[in-house]
Amino acid sequence: MFIRRQLLLAAGAIAAAASVLPVRAEETVKIGLIVPMTGGQASTGKQIDNAIKLYMQQKGDTVAGKKIEIILRDDAAVPDNTKRIAQELIVNEKVNIIAGFGVTPAALAAAPLATQAKVPEIVMAAGTSIITERSPYIVRTSFTLPQSSTIIGDWAVKNGIKKVATLTSDYAPGNDALTSFKEHFVAGGGEIVEEVKVPLANPDFAPFLQRMKDSKPDAVFVFVPAGQGGNFMKQYAERGLDKSGIRVIGPGDVMDDDLLNNMGDAALGAVTAHLYSAAHPSQINKEFVAAYKKAFNNRPGFMAVGGYDGIHLIYEALKKTGGDATGDKLIAAMKGMKWESPRGPISIDPETRDIVQNIYIRKVEKVDGELYNVEFATFEAVKDPGKTKK
Amino acid sequence: MTTLPDVSTNAVASARWRPGEIVFWIVVVACGFLFPSRYLIMTDIVRLALFALSLDLILGYAGIVSLGHAAFFGVGAYSAGLLALHGIIGEPVVALVVAGFAAMVLGFFTSFLVIRGVDLTRLMVTLGIALLLEALAERFSNITGGTDGLQGIEMQPILGSFAFDIFGKTGFFYSLIVLFLLFLLARRIVHSPFGLSLRAIRNNPLRAAAIGIPVNRRLIAIYTVSAFYAGVAGALFTQTTALASLDVFSFERSADLMLMLVIGGTGYLYGGLIGAVVFKILQELFSTITPQYWLFWIGLVLVVIVLVGRARIHRWALWLPNLIIRQVAGRRAVVAVPESDAS
Repeated sequence: MFIRRQLLLAAGAIAAAASVLPVRAEETVKIGLIVPMTGGQASTGKQIDNAIKLYMQQKGDTVAGKKIEIILRDDAAVPDNTKRIAQELIVNEKVNIIAGFGVTPAALAAAPLATQAKVPEIVMAAGTSIITERSPYIVRTSFTLPQSSTIIGDWAVKNGIKKVATLTSDYAPGNDALTSFKEHFVAGGGEIVEEVKVPLANPDFAPFLQRMKDSKPDAVFVFVPAGQGGNFMKQYAERGLDKSGIRVIGPGDVMDDDLLNNMGDAALGAVTAHLYSAAHPSQINKEFVAAYKKAFNNRPGFMAVGGYDGIHLIYEALKKTGGDATGDKLIAAMKGMKWESPRGPISIDPETRDIVQNIYIRKVEKVDGELYNVEFATFEAVKDPGKTKK
Repeated sequence: MTTLPDVSTNAVASARWRPGEIVFWIVVVACGFLFPSRYLIMTDIVRLALFALSLDLILGYAGIVSLGHAAFFGVGAYSAGLLALHGIIGEPVVALVVAGFAAMVLGFFTSFLVIRGVDLTRLMVTLGIALLLEALAERFSNITGGTDGLQGIEMQPILGSFAFDIFGKTGFFYSLIVLFLLFLLARRIVHSPFGLSLRAIRNNPLRAAAIGIPVNRRLIAIYTVSAFYAGVAGALFTQTTALASLDVFSFERSADLMLMLVIGGTGYLYGGLIGAVVFKILQELFSTITPQYWLFWIGLVLVVIVLVGRARIHRWALWLPNLIIRQVAGRRAVVAVPESDAS
């Protein structure tokens, strides 16, 4: 008798567990946010997550009569995790949109799923040119590396930099940055004296920096993904490269606003081309930076802006479709959309679904005792040169 | 002279299928039908289980500790990926076996390094081999795709008739069948005289050598077999995810594997399987609840498991199954971990 009662209890417990599982409401739009929240790229995921939370605080969580629900998942920037999580979110959670994607391999791994399931994939971070070509359901709100690398290449030639050593992370975005920089820099008469590719997963730059120093270039062109810049600059200063007269140039990833202020004076004078600086002098940006700082006690970087614009794009597209969250309608609504972002005016290219934005040339300077990338030249409405070539 | 027949009767008796084992496999297959929306995570578990089984063969039975088992996993994964990508062998089952053999060859040659040392040396050597292979894969990124991984792998249908689907159903049952077949083989191996001699070696290599067991040859053999298992697990990984990137070689993969065996227990084959299930479910649970801090919770649970002790946890976990069996069969519980084996 006693044992039978135990059995009943156990069965009851199982039934209770089953009944608390969430029931899907029809009036919600679910967004699966897949970003690295742990591991080396964690700062990317945290910035995007923060920015989205901020946006939803400001604008409310309902749009066009639908409640927006964000389902945050950590993929630790490992592509097979990304793929599994994306697949589970689509199949089990029935998400309407997948978003995030901290690194290129992760974005690429999810691409076939977006196509198969007709679910829009909003890339908020990864910056390799080819990503948007992998699925007609991919829209990007971050940037592409050729956008900034070609521009810094041209700028370097015009400003008396003749010999450059390059240091890039050895994966698709790094190679994109290197190729487009080289193309423009060499075409303008510059010379590459040393080319070093560093493993993505091994952020020890010391041996590479020694080689850089020995080849005595005018400047070193650096691309490391967001989050690794601080480590790079620390070792750059430790090796005394800051005192050797070798300047740092590159796409702005290395001077991520998130870490910039802690890099110390070694970063002063570094010139980078990029889409966003926390010091961007617009009213929208000032409000954005103030709100972000207040909420998270840190400065927003370009990854945060990618996330902020990504969720904005989703909101606006839903407004346009009147709350219809079918993949094809959303993508159609997103194409050609224009708005004023904290980074400046941006739009989604209707042909490539990639972002069109201003690229700014900035120099690291001290403003009110803090380090900022101060913009001094603007290239307006830059499309992705990685694609226009074709 | 009376001990000899005792040993063989004991061996035969322990090789017999226990009801608990049959129940275990029925439950596993039932899971495949009960949770049709969770195929992907279950496939992941099945792959990990096979991988853990592979480590259990050398750690639990032969006493070889390894922190570099991901080396074989990675070789299997890349072999399967490259075979499929370049259309050399399109049929997944054949490719799976070939990838397993590739890992096996590596296992055979590296086994000579491994048998030279004792525990600490072995840890270092195995770890070194895995790191070496990872660096090589990174260096030859034109072949392996480097950090970006092998992109654009398209798997052909299994045996020409079962295509991999988006829900992962085919992938799950395919992996499960592979796991079961290899499990049967492993079971046969560990209960054979060969397997018994391995246990003798684990308990005391010197004495084993003294009674005429060729210690080194046995260790090489089991290490090679284990490499084959790990290679197949790696190939399954590539085939079911259509991905292979550098992290197949990563240290974390080897270390996680060790943790699974710590959770599940070594030296009774099911340890790896149970460990894989528990580890993955914990990971999934925590990373869903708190995507930022799940590593902390999983660490905490591991510490608790080690402090409380596995035997006690097994008893708690088996409380419900035992209860049901007592009810249904009206006799004493039979689902229990053979304590003598679980060392």
